[in-house]
Amino acid sequence: MVHFTAEEKSSITSTWGKVNVEETGGEALGRLLVVYPWTQRFFDSFGNLSSASAILGNPKVKAHGKKVLTSLGDAVKNLDNLKGTFSKLSELHCDKLHVDPENFRLLGNVLIVVLAIHFGKEFTPEIQAAWQKLVAGVATALAHKYH
Amino acid sequence: MALSAEDKCNVKEFWEKLGENTKVYGTEALVRTFLSFPSTKTYFSHFDLSSGSLEVQAHGKKVADALSLAVNHMDDLPKALSSLSDLHAHKLKFLSHCLLVTLARHHPGNLNPEVHASLDKFLSCVASVLTSKYR
Repeated sequence: MVHFTAEEKSSITSTWGKVNVEETGGEALGRLLVVYPWTQRFFDSFGNLSSASAILGNPKVKAHGKKVLTSLGDAVKNLDNLKGTFSKLSELHCDKLHVDPENFRLLGNVLIVVLAIHFGKEFTPEIQAAWQKLVAGVATALAHKYH
Repeated sequence: MALSAEDKCNVKEFWEKLGENTKVYGTEALVRTFLSFPSTKTYFSHFDLSSGSLEVQAHGKKVADALSLAVNHMDDLPKALSSLSDLHAHKLKFLSHCLLVTLARHHPGNLNPEVHASLDKFLSCVASVLTSKYR
């Protein structure tokens, strides 16, 4: 189980407070689809994914990105119980969506690059380390119910 | 995985804008790697890893110089990187990721999704060449 120090929790929640969930979610998901094109296989019904600008401008990508990041907001509020928080979503991603958990790690890392772009100097190595722990914890929690 | 002409162009253009700062970025990427992925420190038990360490700075510069060399020889990475030490961990992906974070933080305007993708591919190629020396 992932354990966060008080300082890490504080880093995470203060960064989260400044995140624009809708924009950041869309950008992170969009970049995942551009940088790791095989992930597009999960989004056949999303329409035009033919180029980077099509992907980043695609309204379904933005909407889904917002959904994903809103869910991460739940994680931020429940840092001590990530497995419980993501239990249902884990079942969904395994049983219905058939997503390889490796993709959760990829998305987590892309999100961190997006945070670095937005926060610049503020995104210190210490803050990054706290977020790496969070995304790793979320990825593990999402993979937990796989069978 | 091969780098397309567009990838090579994206990487070269981006790298050129970094100028002399590459050495600072190389060091920052290493610091981020050690902090975020503590198991990577096991490969540097012979280094002083405290804040401001001169050994880390020197190694950061080596990383930066090697990457600059790679950028100028993208058509034959194995040959260009052949002189680098055999001692490279098979977990170079952590350093690659932290390099991207470092570059994103310092040059947010230049790291659009296409450039991000090209850089990610380029760093994967470099890591792959270096770690294949083990096998």
